[in-house]
Amino acid sequence: MLNSFMSYLGSTVTPGEAGNQFWALIYVLIIFAGVSLAVICMNWLERKALAHFQIRLGPMRVGPHGLLQPIADALKLMLKEDIIPTEADQFVFWVAPLIGLLAAFTVYTVIPFGPSQAVSDMNIGILFMLGVSSLGVLGIVVAGWASNSHYPLIGALRSSAQMVSYEVAMGLVVVSAILMTSLNASGTGTLSMIGIVQAQQQQGVWFIFKFFPLGFIAFAIFAIAMVAETNRAPFDMAEAESELTAGFHTEYSGLRWSLFMLAEYAAMIAVSSIAVTLWLGGWMRPFPNLLHAPAWEFIFSLFPGLTFGGLAAIAVIGTARMPAHSFFKIQRIGLAVFAALLGFIALLLLLIAVAGRSADTSVAARFREGIDYVYWFVLKVAVFMYLFIWYRATWPRYRFDQLMKIGWKVMLPISLGVLVLTAIVGVIFP
Amino acid sequence: MNPALNSAVSTINAGMAPVATPWFFYVLAGLAVVSGVAVITRRNAVHAALALIVTLLSVAGLYLMLYAPFVAGVQIIVYAGGIMVLFLFVIMLVNIERSSKERQFNRMWPVGLAAACALMALFVSAIAKGNKLFPDRGMTPPESSNTQQIAAMLYGEAGRMGQYTFAFEIASLLLLVAILGAVIMTKKKI
Amino acid sequence: MVPITTLHYLVVAAALFVLGVIGVLTRRNVVIVLMSIELILNAVNLNLVAFSRMWGNLHGQVFAIFVTVDAAAEAAVGLGILIAFFRNKETVNVDEIDLLKW
Repeated sequence: MLNSFMSYLGSTVTPGEAGNQFWALIYVLIIFAGVSLAVICMNWLERKALAHFQIRLGPMRVGPHGLLQPIADALKLMLKEDIIPTEADQFVFWVAPLIGLLAAFTVYTVIPFGPSQAVSDMNIGILFMLGVSSLGVLGIVVAGWASNSHYPLIGALRSSAQMVSYEVAMGLVVVSAILMTSLNASGTGTLSMIGIVQAQQQQGVWFIFKFFPLGFIAFAIFAIAMVAETNRAPFDMAEAESELTAGFHTEYSGLRWSLFMLAEYAAMIAVSSIAVTLWLGGWMRPFPNLLHAPAWEFIFSLFPGLTFGGLAAIAVIGTARMPAHSFFKIQRIGLAVFAALLGFIALLLLLIAVAGRSADTSVAARFREGIDYVYWFVLKVAVFMYLFIWYRATWPRYRFDQLMKIGWKVMLPISLGVLVLTAIVGVIFP
Repeated sequence: MNPALNSAVSTINAGMAPVATPWFFYVLAGLAVVSGVAVITRRNAVHAALALIVTLLSVAGLYLMLYAPFVAGVQIIVYAGGIMVLFLFVIMLVNIERSSKERQFNRMWPVGLAAACALMALFVSAIAKGNKLFPDRGMTPPESSNTQQIAAMLYGEAGRMGQYTFAFEIASLLLLVAILGAVIMTKKKI
Repeated sequence: MVPITTLHYLVVAAALFVLGVIGVLTRRNVVIVLMSIELILNAVNLNLVAFSRMWGNLHGQVFAIFVTVDAAAEAAVGLGILIAFFRNKETVNVDEIDLLKW
């Protein structure tokens, strides 16, 4: 057993490729914990960012600057009374959030955080992701029907019609991105997620900048379609509070509602990861070919430590600016501890960057490479998460018929045009 | 493509397959058959639709075991993600609450059951007799290029037309006709 | 254990096919009859893919893809007919759908 534990450590393929079930399980657990942590942070960030966009402060009392608010929310949701409508179908009511959650989390099996940092690199990776994310629609439809009341039913039908419409445009622009992977010497493309990022590496350009503006239009259509897929603003007609009293999850309370929220945020992170992998170069740092001197490598490898150092500095400034009143003593101490934690992580990352400086295959260098890959990937996904919150704060929501009109009459023809033009340009300028 | 991945996959096929494969097969096949029974016996149409989704997903798993990843992907996207959503929509629009309180099976159900059992006996005898004619193990095309080879058969490669290109064009025409038919049939005034 | 051969997959496909046939012959609800037809088509697909693996070429898989496309078109048209009929007669009972025009 120790043999199977150690035998994987030197390999350069994913655990699924190496057939190592133990490490695949470890990766699955890490992803589970990471996504849950990301959802908690996202919850806090959403409330604080929305508040600051609206010139107010947001949660400030639960922890220092509301940092413990998501934990309080989770506790409240778990301890709430579990209400099930009497005429509702018990089994289907219970199973609907699970379908959505399963569909959202299964997608993470193929997301590549690095060239060998994925649970399994299926060679139909992108097809698998499109298929499994289309299973999420089933969870919503069934949830709306099982509640046995008209607001959830209308919300579920609208929501699922919207998701199905934008899936078509999404699929077509994904095909045009995959078309770009076949513009290499052998003329063969690949559907595997790691293969797509390696194709971008080989061709020396992120697909968003390839055949400008075709790659950019494809990316823009995917960025709009993924907001509609996850029912986020400005496409959240189906679950907006003022329109339909929370749509398909009206009758769900407590822990079941938190499962829906978890599924929604996990789906947001998953589709952002698809966008990052297909167009933004996945785990590659900016300018890998242009600035390839070892000095530049070292500078870019300092970025993880410097990011956490910046966050620690902000926390220290927050501690210093706390009012000097005895009521705020505990908050001040809490924020100082948080700043110390962030500073410790920053120091650790800087140490690893310095120790693994040379380009040999020592353990520290490989560790540093792994951390760098994961860091750049997570940074790009985090930018997308912030954009989701920004969209919600800025734009009014679309009326449902306007939403469907955009999906079918605007995005579908544009995505078809992008696909045809990409194919033509790819043949003319190989 | 990536030669390291190719050799890794072929060693996995040779080395890891016999250990877990029978267990996976029996679980997936049992799940498919049990859900199939649930589809035809449930009183509530939504329960039957959910059981059909489980059947479709377990059949997709069986395709993966048969080294057909592309067909498995198409099955999940088209069947489980498309057709079943359509079925659930129609069940909700038609709202057959009243019909779930009526009699479920029609009056000729013993005859139907007997005919189906005769059919099963026919299948079993055909399979048992023909089993000696099947070769033991054919050559397996490598799994990593499954999609490329299917694409070569559908679209053609190296300047020639594929074997099924004409059928592909006719299938797309069929889908166009189906879309038009479905839209026109459900209009209130043509 | 006995290794899994093509025979095992054929038996599963035959079982699914017979279950679908029972559903078509005995149920009174049109939607469930249509779902049983989907079961039948899936059994046929499984058969095709199992034989494709046995012979080592991909003709069976391409045929299975075409059958899937066909099933999607047929489900859409069949459910369209059902909705158009339901608008007139308000029933989904197969025994009551017995008039060509009224």
